[in-house]
Amino acid sequence: MTDVLVVGAGPAGLAAAQVLVAAGLAVTVAERQPQAGGMPLTCGHSPYGWREFRRMMGGPAYAARLIDAARGADLRLATSVAAIHGDGSATLTSNAGTEILTPRKILLATGAREATRAERLLPGERPLGVMTTGSLQDMWFRHGALPFRRPVILGSELVAMSAILTCRQAGAAPLALLEQKDTLTAAAPYRWLPNLLGLPVHRGVEITDLVAKDGRLDAIRFRSGGKDHKIFCDGLILTGAFRPEAGLARMAGLAIDRATMGPSVDGNGRTSREGIYAAGNILRGVETAGWCWTEGRAIAQAMLADQAAPGHSKAQSVAPQIALLAGQGLRWIMPQAWHRGAALTLQLNADRPHRGQLVARDSTGSVVYTQKLTTAPERRVTLSPQLGSATGPVTLSLEP
Amino acid sequence: MENFDVAIIGAGVVGVATARHLALTGARVVLIEKGADILSGASKANSAILHTGFDAPEGSLELICMQAGHQDFLDLMGPMNLSLLRTGAMVVAWTADQAEALGPILSAAHRNGVTDVLALTPGEVASREPGLSPSLGAVFVPGEHVIDPWTPFHAYAQQILAAGSTILRGVEVTGGHFDGVWTLQTTDGALTATTVINAAGLYGDRVEALLLGDTHFTIKPRKGQFVVFDKAAARLLSHIILPVPDARTKGVVLCRTAFGNLLIGPTAEETPDRDRPTVSTVELQALLNRARQILPALAEMPVTATYAGLRPASDEKHYRIRHDPARNWLTLGGIRSTGLTASLGLARHAAGILQAGALQEAAAPQMPNLSEHRPRDWHSPGHGGILCHCEMVTTREIRAALDGPFPPGDLGGLKRRTRCAMGRCQGFNCLGALEEITRGRLAPALGLTR
Repeated sequence: MTDVLVVGAGPAGLAAAQVLVAAGLAVTVAERQPQAGGMPLTCGHSPYGWREFRRMMGGPAYAARLIDAARGADLRLATSVAAIHGDGSATLTSNAGTEILTPRKILLATGAREATRAERLLPGERPLGVMTTGSLQDMWFRHGALPFRRPVILGSELVAMSAILTCRQAGAAPLALLEQKDTLTAAAPYRWLPNLLGLPVHRGVEITDLVAKDGRLDAIRFRSGGKDHKIFCDGLILTGAFRPEAGLARMAGLAIDRATMGPSVDGNGRTSREGIYAAGNILRGVETAGWCWTEGRAIAQAMLADQAAPGHSKAQSVAPQIALLAGQGLRWIMPQAWHRGAALTLQLNADRPHRGQLVARDSTGSVVYTQKLTTAPERRVTLSPQLGSATGPVTLSLEP
Repeated sequence: MENFDVAIIGAGVVGVATARHLALTGARVVLIEKGADILSGASKANSAILHTGFDAPEGSLELICMQAGHQDFLDLMGPMNLSLLRTGAMVVAWTADQAEALGPILSAAHRNGVTDVLALTPGEVASREPGLSPSLGAVFVPGEHVIDPWTPFHAYAQQILAAGSTILRGVEVTGGHFDGVWTLQTTDGALTATTVINAAGLYGDRVEALLLGDTHFTIKPRKGQFVVFDKAAARLLSHIILPVPDARTKGVVLCRTAFGNLLIGPTAEETPDRDRPTVSTVELQALLNRARQILPALAEMPVTATYAGLRPASDEKHYRIRHDPARNWLTLGGIRSTGLTASLGLARHAAGILQAGALQEAAAPQMPNLSEHRPRDWHSPGHGGILCHCEMVTTREIRAALDGPFPPGDLGGLKRRTRCAMGRCQGFNCLGALEEITRGRLAPALGLTR
């Protein structure tokens, strides 16, 4: 008997499992990879663990701590959740075969990944050597293989700097960093890294062609500063543009938020389907491991509260709830729903640097909340707006 | 120097189907492919529709081959464990001009012997496809379906090998001469063959010029770009949605795939380039917009993959067949967009021209099922774990492909045999594991040697 099925054994899933197990629930954690730990496993050089364990450690050591903390959960490795059915049951598959679980609740903690070449609608041929930072790090840190020696890096979010470090560690020499926007995204001091390493940086880039030779990438053509450029290279690392790994959620028929591309949730991680919750980077791309860990714990506690008050979660999810919408200047907000009277902690992400106000308007157009806000796309913003008098959907916008 | 009865140049759908047919008549065939694997040219990128020929030119060879090929496929499907996703198709009109064209399309279909084709009112279209943007009516073609466009040809390749014939991959014909038999020079040495069949697709005219000294047609490559939507999108549509064609192209199709996705394409772009099936951001965006116009709910659906293919169209619309009995030569050329359906029919046609013998009994290889609507390998125990999570490809499936009777030559070949790395994440989660399991097995390798 399983009380809760947690899908994904990354920081959010393992943190939630720890809380649920501590409360005496029977928890099954299904992890499709052969090892638990999630993204930190593939990242050998970032510091992890300060928020959780008050000490800094590497990704794999951090993962081991998370796993240890969640002991007592039935951790199934190399086990995929193939489908979540209409009745709340789930089909799992592993080398042992398929199995149907009928948990009382499900927590989706399937994480995020970087946008693919297809999602970015990049032009050109489709040679080997075009891959995300995640793929590169998986190949290098977990499988000891190097896919290229002279890659070009696309994007300038923090993860691009991680890609540069991975390349240097693996013995590949990045040739240039291309950013499609006019400014670099990563905050200082990280954005100084390319310059420090003497890596040419091109901004306002429009990639016009990927040229293959014998099945491998041979050159990238792009426009920047009104000029056509061509760099001969054997790799292109697609960095950033994280998006939730929400395939299972979509197939389960959960309402998906257009802006985050993850399931729409309320402040307690409840999705549009009774008994299904979501936590961690499936909610938005992308937050740190520590943040996801905190979120996993909080949503597990909310699940326990729903469990303690039978019918409560149902009442909450069908009772009038106020939709929260991302308006002008905002790439996304979450949660996407608020229950009147409940505490609200809002996360939001600006689509460009902004100095001015955050304004919340309800369906009548009345301003129900304003807050001075200076932010930028790389910044994490959390707020606790008071929306007490709002009627109908509330749209949040960045205004001068 | 090895001697063969027939040398077939080009292992696309036409070359493979023809090689199979002739090998099964008892001929010693050599199939010569310059790509790293079969189906690596025009045949790797199509819309995977098994056509009825309802809209083919009346009385044409194309129509005859499509209808024969369609029936042959249905006959082989069971014994070889091949997949057919029964969808039916609708030619949908959204403008008054298109609505006017529906009547002639209906009567042409009936003249082509596709007698179950019927007209649908706008209401009937809406009740069959509630998600479609409101139309002015349609022609319904019950017999058009979707197939896995690769597995059949891997099955045929296995039959070619089992019959004792030869498939050369990564080998290019560089010259040759005829003196009662053909001597062909290749990048892998010389061989002789009584008869040469040119199924070189995008290079059909050049192969003719190279070996005959002249050419009876000119390839005008036509690029087709495609966008594949997330599997969740496949629930939004059941039929193949065909546009009312114009003079140049069958137009942009929206349909499910056997692999559980939804696909739109192809574009039809004249291009001088025979080797570079490039996608372009502008055309992909236009396809996305078109898809969302046809099926508005697609606005919410992410893109899984983009790709492009080059169709070997020629300077005339019809199939370009050239039989030169004095030089034991047969060209099967200009097979632009119906080759997948017509391939087995073209094979029959070629066998007829060459007066090949009757097909002999041959064992039907049991192919792994890659289609989403039938049980996949992961449903049964002992699969060694899922390696590609988006497409639910198991370690056992990858190993079976690598160790099987006709292993892949490159990553594209492995993808076509298993679907690995073709899903939502396009390899984000499995490239490392794929690199490890394919080490020493594919060229180019996924990882560099250190």
